[in-house]
Amino acid sequence: MLKYANPTNFLALAARLIPWLAAATALLLIVGLYLTFFVAPDDYQQGASVKIMYLHVPSAWLSMMCYIIMTSAALGTIVWRHPLADAAQKAAAPLGAAFTLLCLVSGSLWGKPMWGTWWVWDARLTSVLVLFLIYLGLVGLWRTIEEPAQAARAAAILTLVGVVNIPIIKFSVDWWNTLHQPASVFRVGGPAISGSMLWTLLIMALGFSFLFLTLHLMAIRNEILRRRLRRLSIDAAHAEEKAEATA
Amino acid sequence: MMQSALSALFWRELQLARSVGGGGAMGVVFFLILVSLTPFAIGPDLNLLSRIGPAILWIAALLATLLGLDRLFQSDADDGSLDLLLTAATPLELVVLVKCVAHWIATALPLIVASPLLGLTLAMEPASLAGISLSLLAGTPALTMLGAIGAALTAGLRRGGLLMAVLILPLTTPVLIFGVSAATAASGGTVPFHIPILILCGLSLAAVAGAPFAAAAALRSRDA
Repeated sequence: MLKYANPTNFLALAARLIPWLAAATALLLIVGLYLTFFVAPDDYQQGASVKIMYLHVPSAWLSMMCYIIMTSAALGTIVWRHPLADAAQKAAAPLGAAFTLLCLVSGSLWGKPMWGTWWVWDARLTSVLVLFLIYLGLVGLWRTIEEPAQAARAAAILTLVGVVNIPIIKFSVDWWNTLHQPASVFRVGGPAISGSMLWTLLIMALGFSFLFLTLHLMAIRNEILRRRLRRLSIDAAHAEEKAEATA
Repeated sequence: MMQSALSALFWRELQLARSVGGGGAMGVVFFLILVSLTPFAIGPDLNLLSRIGPAILWIAALLATLLGLDRLFQSDADDGSLDLLLTAATPLELVVLVKCVAHWIATALPLIVASPLLGLTLAMEPASLAGISLSLLAGTPALTMLGAIGAALTAGLRRGGLLMAVLILPLTTPVLIFGVSAATAASGGTVPFHIPILILCGLSLAAVAGAPFAAAAALRSRDA
């Protein structure tokens, strides 16, 4: 396992894994979408608009899982100062922002026919919006600090401070009386939805997780290459300077 | 020795805040402008103003506190005294805490004193005026401490001021929620006053306990 902490070994591993992961993502999403549109039944109250769930719930899970992965990477940055952890952190922030935005937009589209409004300021929606803003702030921080190692440490501190929001999102539907419904899959006493709907949801969630994994690995690979390019161009500038000085 | 170093730092910070461009008095003026602009935006309906008065005062206090905070470490980073503080024997966490306390006294305390007067112009009731002062007293330490993390993260960056607000404002949501609910609970309502005010005190205490470590780590990370 430690062998792959070396960026070169990691690049080799990523090059081998990415095609398989991409294929698995495509397969899972195709099966999941087929189940969504042709197998999973319409809800007796909500009609066909219940199908938004198969997009909304996985993206909501991923928006939080991405933050947890980013937090682990932030610990790696703070404790070991490992460049791979820096790259994993940096790669996760825009992905997390994208999944959170997907969650907010799909939830809004689902809310209009069901609740009669695009948006309510209840605890679940507000805390997810705060998560989105934290992701955007992190992307802004990464772009403002030029030195990559310094940017990584600053982003890691902000990530660790912002992690208080994750339990608030998870438990907001239990702590406050929200319009958003409470958890119906991971709960005491087993899932409250059944049969083909549950299977479709789980396959879509797996597909989204593989999608995230694929994109995250690709983004980490790009970040490692970007850092190497930066180093090479700095070295080249130094060499040029030295050549001019001697000439 | 450490005591005298910290108290020297404390008085230095207060004197800097009082001097021209220090931002202490500017914060209050900014607060005054924000509050007095709102009635122009929403119209001079006194019933409406007295209902949303606590929210206006809290938003204005939030912005006035945070926008003044970007100078907390920036001027020290510019003139090099931050490097001296970093290499000093005094723990950096205590340095951060002392700077925050001085900053709070110089900028937030005047806001709290001024808030009942401004509340009068918004036609707020006497109980509500007391509520807004108490809720600001309980909540602004959390704002200052959270802002210190942002100020430390963005110290020495070009265009750090706006970035700092973007980083920290989302994290201040709980303080704003309980601050406004305490201020409105003071003038009647279903929630008893002591519940939001105790939560607000808890948020401030947690921020005072935790934020100095995060801000100190951020300051150290600048050139480690």
